[in-house]
Amino acid sequence: MVLKAFFPTCCASADSGLLVGRWVPEQSSAVVLAVVHFPFIPIQVKELLAQVQQASQVGVTVLGTWCHRRQEPEESLGHFLEGLGAIFSHKPWFQLCRERGSKSWSCKATHWQGPTSHAASGEDQVMLIFYDQRKVLLSQLHPPAVLPDRQAGDTTASAGGLAAVFDTVARSEALFQSDRFDEGPVRLSHWQSEGVEASILVELAKWAAGPVCLLLACLLSLVSAASACRVFKLWPLSFIWSKLSTCEQLRHRLEQLTLIFSTRKAKNPAQLMRKANMLVSVLLDVALGLMLLSWLHRKDLIGQLADALIPVADHVAKELQHLLQWLMGAPAGLKMNRALDQVLGRFFLYHIHLWISYIHLMSPFIERILWHVGLSACLGLTVALSILSDIIALLTFHIYCFYVYGARLYCLKIHGLSSLWRLFRGKKWNVLRQRVDSCSYDLDQLFIGTLLFTILVFLLPTTALYYLVFTLLRLLVVTVQGLIHLLVDLINSLPLYSLGLRLCRPYRLAAGVKFRVLEHETGRPLRLLMQVSIACILPCSSKGLREPG
Amino acid sequence: MEDEQSFSDIYGGRLALQRRCYSPSCLEFCLSCPRITLRSLTAVTCTVWLAAYGLFTLCENSMILSAAIFITLLGLLGYLHFVKIDHETLLIIDSLGIQMTSSYASGKESTTFIEMGEVKDVVINEAIYMQKVIYYLCILLKDPVEPHGISQVVPLFQSAKPRLDCLIEVYRSCQDILAHQRATSTSP
Repeated sequence: MVLKAFFPTCCASADSGLLVGRWVPEQSSAVVLAVVHFPFIPIQVKELLAQVQQASQVGVTVLGTWCHRRQEPEESLGHFLEGLGAIFSHKPWFQLCRERGSKSWSCKATHWQGPTSHAASGEDQVMLIFYDQRKVLLSQLHPPAVLPDRQAGDTTASAGGLAAVFDTVARSEALFQSDRFDEGPVRLSHWQSEGVEASILVELAKWAAGPVCLLLACLLSLVSAASACRVFKLWPLSFIWSKLSTCEQLRHRLEQLTLIFSTRKAKNPAQLMRKANMLVSVLLDVALGLMLLSWLHRKDLIGQLADALIPVADHVAKELQHLLQWLMGAPAGLKMNRALDQVLGRFFLYHIHLWISYIHLMSPFIERILWHVGLSACLGLTVALSILSDIIALLTFHIYCFYVYGARLYCLKIHGLSSLWRLFRGKKWNVLRQRVDSCSYDLDQLFIGTLLFTILVFLLPTTALYYLVFTLLRLLVVTVQGLIHLLVDLINSLPLYSLGLRLCRPYRLAAGVKFRVLEHETGRPLRLLMQVSIACILPCSSKGLREPG
Repeated sequence: MEDEQSFSDIYGGRLALQRRCYSPSCLEFCLSCPRITLRSLTAVTCTVWLAAYGLFTLCENSMILSAAIFITLLGLLGYLHFVKIDHETLLIIDSLGIQMTSSYASGKESTTFIEMGEVKDVVINEAIYMQKVIYYLCILLKDPVEPHGISQVVPLFQSAKPRLDCLIEVYRSCQDILAHQRATSTSP
């Protein structure tokens, strides 16, 4: 029966002492968490372990002895170490031994039968697996934190396999709190024994996060309550709000900020990663918006933009007029129906003329409006881009109107044509049965129907051409708006925090472990090195120790 | 204990299977794929450069030649780093799990580890691959919901694609270890 011993790499160079950790009987593995050095008083060691057990709900016990010695084995030390087995009884009792300066390890696991039958104690084969405590703790491969109302016993039983090992290491934080500069009764060696790792900035941020989150959550709830009031739900306003993409973007940002600054803690690493991604994207957005604002103000681009806007609108209107003149002539060599052509062309030309007059009316206010719109860039680049998209939509409103007129005319014509075509063949659409039935028409019905049919057929090319031209123009405007929205969505949803973690601290995004067999000599135990492997950008689930094949 | 044998893959290329037995409970198989030959490399490079020279004589723009050099270099680097697998390793550790490593020609390694608790069995399956029927070794994973079901099939040695004789060697050793593991896990 092969036993597994998980040994931390930081303790490989520690002095001789006792091995402290947890024994997982289901996996037949011992997870060593720290080494207690000589000299120690057994009673104090037992007290420390009882304290840690109470604080962390992990069954920490003395597992065996660790001997880091010179070439010549000292007889007295050997007997002393064996005697310790009697004081701290644990089944099985591990005796790890390493010769100083060499790579040869030896490991024995004995089942202590009793003080008299020493010779009859059975020995098992042991496999040593080295692991890096810091990486295992920081990679968060353990299952999510247990709810306080659950019993401690059944959670450890449900975590199977290697997850039990990670769980043990993660929950024994109480054992790692003291370093070697502390004047305690017991000297421990573990990954933090050279000094407990902490960062002043992180601690300050954690301390300040509580009140700041509370304040911001109150402010945001006030803003959302104000925006949800009944005044904004009246018909014209609610219709306008739903059409403007700026309002959509502002609402989205408000939801995100509410989620970030909510006072509830994230339940698992995936939610924490999501919150961090949102926060980083909001900050980047605001930074880019402020950069845009400073660039606009430095070059006084707002004034130039306001001056250029009216001539641009005039130019667009002139081009549209040329287009309509072309359509009213003989476009692409096609012969149009002169009367219908003139009617439609004049109607659209008059529309453009009205539009230009409105733009000229608004021209004194353009600069003011643009300046205020530029200020909104400090809410974020996405808001500025959404406002730009809305301005484009408003300025090309006449193209939208033309498209609607052309589409309606064409739609009416097609419906008329299909119905009259059925009449021409002597059939009718049966609304009750939703199918085409034959029908006997009177002679005068047939006569008028056929007449109307021929009229519509001969007017079809004209209407179809107008429809085609205005649909293409509308498509152009929609494409430009679509590109702007694509950019906005990109800024909204790019997971920059995860990308940064992948570049700077890849072990935080661990998705599994990998093993490497270290130098092996016959007669010595098998030694493996367990490393955390990084697979993908998105955070792993709690059972993510297996990658899809 | 190390031991090397020579086999062939489904296309007839030469494969080398290296078997290392670290202990009765730990076994490693390393299957080396056929290397990239000088002939194929020269052929591809000559084709690309001839095409570039042809374009150059048409357009009289020397940027085409430099672009061809860059494309060749980048393409070779990309091929070595992302496509060409040098050897595939299977490490079976009794009571811990099974690990598959693919090493690319540029030194990059990609590893997958499956815990022993999730492994149901290791079997040789048949599959239709293009116009052939080939054998492949795969790991069957347990279904957490249904005790006798299989949730996933993980194929092994996908780039090397060895023939049945090589697969039988690996299969026998895997079954020895799995049988040993099942026997010891059911005992209290």
